[in-house]
Amino acid sequence: MTNEELLLKLKTIIAPYVQNQNGLDSLNENTDFIKDLEINSANLVDVILDVEDEFDIEIDNESMEKMITVKASLEVIESKLSAK
Amino acid sequence: MKNRRVVITGLGVVSPNGTNVSNFKRAIQQGTSGIRYIEQLKELKFSCQVAGFPVYKKNYLNNYFNSIQLKGLNASGMEYGVISGIDAWKDAGFSINKTDTPNWDCGVIFGTGILGVDKFREAVYKVDQGKVRRLGSTSVTQTMASGISAFLGGMLGCGNVVTTNSSACSTGTEAILMGYDRISSGKAEIILAGSTSDSGPYVWGGFDAMRILPYKYNDNPTVASRPMSATASGFVPGSGAGALVIESLDSALKRGASIYAEILGGHVNSGGQRNGGSMTAPNSVAVQQCITKAIENSNIKATQIDAINGHLTATGKDSTEIQNWSEALGRSGIDFPYVNSLKSMIGHCLAASGSIESVATVLQLKENFIFGNINCEDLHPDIASVVSRDRVPVQTIYTSPNIIAKASFGFGDVNACIIFKKYN
Repeated sequence: MTNEELLLKLKTIIAPYVQNQNGLDSLNENTDFIKDLEINSANLVDVILDVEDEFDIEIDNESMEKMITVKASLEVIESKLSAK
Repeated sequence: MKNRRVVITGLGVVSPNGTNVSNFKRAIQQGTSGIRYIEQLKELKFSCQVAGFPVYKKNYLNNYFNSIQLKGLNASGMEYGVISGIDAWKDAGFSINKTDTPNWDCGVIFGTGILGVDKFREAVYKVDQGKVRRLGSTSVTQTMASGISAFLGGMLGCGNVVTTNSSACSTGTEAILMGYDRISSGKAEIILAGSTSDSGPYVWGGFDAMRILPYKYNDNPTVASRPMSATASGFVPGSGAGALVIESLDSALKRGASIYAEILGGHVNSGGQRNGGSMTAPNSVAVQQCITKAIENSNIKATQIDAINGHLTATGKDSTEIQNWSEALGRSGIDFPYVNSLKSMIGHCLAASGSIESVATVLQLKENFIFGNINCEDLHPDIASVVSRDRVPVQTIYTSPNIIAKASFGFGDVNACIIFKKYN
């Protein structure tokens, strides 16, 4: 899976939780889920569960805590995928 | 600021026989039953396989919930409560508060017995499988009892009291009185009051197990719920929600709101599970005292009551309830007020019963009718000996009631009685 494909999948997953549409439209590696997309912090766990389902991976608590930006999330997903 | 007048300026309802106020009004005037046979209850070996539940398409929810709120939503009581609450709010002429400032004068008192049972079942299975981390963020908010008031309070942006009361089958009536008290004492201007009850086998199963539901009507559901009838054999379980916007008269007049009716007063009490009262049965002395105190609190005389909307569930206790009304009011025979029970059409909606039935009561005052009791052609002899047959109408009467008393009684030996009056 290329980086672009991964980013597109992630964008689809987070879209339902986003409260700032402009942030989603200009999504890039540095986008912060809470600051830029205004995702409710309680919904971050739902994003993680959806990521697990989509990629068939399991994300441990430590990795989960890192996943607050697009860049960090992609890194976690890539490392879990390569460990499969 | 003491004892200000309090009126009703908005209604919302999600009932087994109508999921908005206009359909509901037509249904109760025409005597339309919302009781249906449920195949799932047969498969689960329930004795009573009929029940009342609101019917609407899933996409109807898009009018009330956003996509995030809908994700993983598995709490029928939350759906009913939010639909009825938002409908009542809009009916009162309010829009959704889209500012950053809460409405400090507006609150929500929305009761329930238990919320999100299906969501809780989901959670129990996951926890038992060692998958607690897979619960997601909504297990708590959909299963906490106050989830319904929390959802409504947040959607509407209310900044006054936002709470959920719970007193079994008197919950809805109690919620309205709590709202009334808060407004009449000057602590709030507007309260969205109501109650909701989940549907489904996990809510109804406990009552089936108590053998207090009718089991002979599985092939004839619309005649299963028979309050005050000689052939009544238990209550039919129901579900849904009712909501009323309660407002100080000052506030309603100031904004030129349309007024449905006035709340004169009421009373709540308990029989202490003494003197015949128990966890499941009412102490008649307490029931009579509750009615008497409600009348006193409303500054009216018992003779002024034109109609009663009873609790009247279709168990052996109906005769006792009628006897209690008769003694509390000092009225019987042809002098007894008209009496009806909405449960004949929609079953016993448990925690939601008081609010749905109050919506029906208020509609009777506003629209000038007394709805007929269905399935009551064979009036119970113990009731017929106290009340004239024509006081228990089997068809809707178009008349102009001025004052209607509404009571609800619940497990735990708790009682609530409200006096509603036509506004003029």
